[in-house]
Amino acid sequence: MIGMGHRIHAVRPHKNNFNRDKALQNSAEYNDTVVRQFAIMTVVWGVVGMLAGVFIAAQLIWPALNFELPFLTYSRLRPLHTNAVIFAFGGSALFATAYYVVQRTCHVRLAFDKLASFTFWGWQTVILLAAITLPLGITQGKEYAELEWPIDLLIAVVWVSFALVFFGTIVKRRIKHIYVANWFYGAFIITVAILHIFNNLALPVTLTKSYQIYTGVVDGMMQWWYGHNAVGFFLTAGFLGMMYYFVPKQAGRPIYSYRLSVVHFWSLIAIYMWAGPHHLHYTSLPDWAQTLGMVFSLVLLAPSWGGMINGIMTLSGAWHKLRTDPILKFMIVSLSFYGMSTFEGPMMSIKTVNALSHYTDWTIGHVHSGALGWVAMMTIGAMYSLIPRLYNRESMYSTKLIDVHFWTSTIGVVLYAVSMWVAGITQGLMWRAVNDDGTLTYSFIESLKATYPYYGLRLIGGILFISGMFIMVYNVWKTISEQKPVPVPVMDPA
Amino acid sequence: MRHEVIEKSVTLMMVLIVCAVSVGGLVELVPLMMNGEVTEPAENIEVYSPLRLAGRDVYVREGCYNCHSQQIRPFRSETERYGPYSVAGEFVYDRPFQFGSKRTGPDLARVGGRYSDDWHYLHMVDPRVLVPESNMPGYPWLSDRLVDTELVVSKLEALQTLGDPYTDEQIANAPAELDGKTEMDAIIAYLQGLGTNRSNRR
Repeated sequence: MIGMGHRIHAVRPHKNNFNRDKALQNSAEYNDTVVRQFAIMTVVWGVVGMLAGVFIAAQLIWPALNFELPFLTYSRLRPLHTNAVIFAFGGSALFATAYYVVQRTCHVRLAFDKLASFTFWGWQTVILLAAITLPLGITQGKEYAELEWPIDLLIAVVWVSFALVFFGTIVKRRIKHIYVANWFYGAFIITVAILHIFNNLALPVTLTKSYQIYTGVVDGMMQWWYGHNAVGFFLTAGFLGMMYYFVPKQAGRPIYSYRLSVVHFWSLIAIYMWAGPHHLHYTSLPDWAQTLGMVFSLVLLAPSWGGMINGIMTLSGAWHKLRTDPILKFMIVSLSFYGMSTFEGPMMSIKTVNALSHYTDWTIGHVHSGALGWVAMMTIGAMYSLIPRLYNRESMYSTKLIDVHFWTSTIGVVLYAVSMWVAGITQGLMWRAVNDDGTLTYSFIESLKATYPYYGLRLIGGILFISGMFIMVYNVWKTISEQKPVPVPVMDPA
Repeated sequence: MRHEVIEKSVTLMMVLIVCAVSVGGLVELVPLMMNGEVTEPAENIEVYSPLRLAGRDVYVREGCYNCHSQQIRPFRSETERYGPYSVAGEFVYDRPFQFGSKRTGPDLARVGGRYSDDWHYLHMVDPRVLVPESNMPGYPWLSDRLVDTELVVSKLEALQTLGDPYTDEQIANAPAELDGKTEMDAIIAYLQGLGTNRSNRR
């Protein structure tokens, strides 16, 4: 026993030295392992989430596809689709790029290696648990906040770890200024934590069932304060962070206007938080709250377009690159969709417009021009730019295939959005149509019958978009399968 | 203040971000929580009976809110189609609220009493038997599953803890009320009670 103890002691100091050397050597290199993990999962979850979307789009045309199996039923799968694209696909993209960007712009290795690794495995566990519980009908019944309390707790722990890693890295930065992309990532991380905690306060009954502490209208307001800012921060501020690094990088030009970025950053984050009530127009939410929501939603156009203009104008003097660089095309079309849907959003939040559009497929079209047009296309562009660098290559395996992907997804989104606009406006008009004698012109089912052709078009749009994702999978596979990643030394500040 | 100061201090930036994002929520949520009109029950609104509560939780579990709203807006075209418009006091026992945001199917806020129990049963098993053009999935499994009585009792106790006015007697009688009931019975009971606090007739 004593002998063994000695042997361990004899080994330990040596091992410690070894670890210290390794740590010193490590701190001179970026932690790209966790970035690679999240980047690959972005592509994987993108395919999974969108496949779920295509499947439920088909179920709306052919209800037989529910197969009378509880876990394959539309109403259980639709939350799976939304959670998969927002939190699995979008979330992984945000983790990957936030970790990459914060290291490059702070000129240091990521803080807390182990915690960073925990955020990866923790987040994948959340996704896996979501994929199991949602089809089983384990849900809180609030949109984009369906996951039950034990998963919510895990999300909170992962999120706090994310914040520690991200802000820890900023604290040890080697340059004085915090780069603009990090303001957006930082605001996204902080705000999502606040939203998540307050919207999910609940009293557990069992491991799989809880009751919200809020009821009725208060719960509704809380939910849409959360829900709209899941869009505003998860799908906007975070992705603006991505935009502020990858667009200038890809264009080889500095950001168009520093002043614009300051102004639109603070106004965007402050104003977004007021916009939630536009999801509750003409409901039993008191009028003053609805009016506040509408006014702030209208004002929100300005900071949103500030971001779009700053991104697009960054191409000044580099427009010719669009001819040869499909990655840049993804980014610019993404920004165009951002501009379009942030115009559409305020317009739909005007109460008289909302009276027509609410509850119809117009909302679904709006969401997808944001989610596919803006979020997915920016992510795809960023991944095509990022993945070769993470695997020690100049570029993706095939630029031609990126171009094919670009056109399939662009045509896909346009088909999707246009079909849902027409469907939505048709539904809205049919629901309110009255005859001369004051009776309703159409029964509800007639509006559904009128919608079927557009559901067909939407399905084709979705299939096109996912075909593009399969092209991406092939391209990414060919890019990385033969490559061995090489650690990248931390660059000294200029 | 020059922005440079904020850009150089991560602490200051974090604090200012928290301030910037807090105002909107506080202004819109706190007064609402204090507002009796949205927290006090409307006339004839009572807590859900144990069977209806079980039914409501089936409604939530199956995700009906993905296609059905429960919120009639104050437009003539809506009151004509669905009945009197919804008021806040009708939802004070709803955890979670189920206003919904999409009508792939019609609004259900006042569906109670519109159709017979048998109609609902057939419609839940296979909607196309009654509405050939419908794209609603069937939920036939609901009639094979018994309501979990013990679970409902724990739920009632939890709701009592949260402040919903269930009496101890109501909770004690729940098992007898639920005896032999299927989830189909429960969800039909829930649907048949929706919006019946006010008469649909004009």
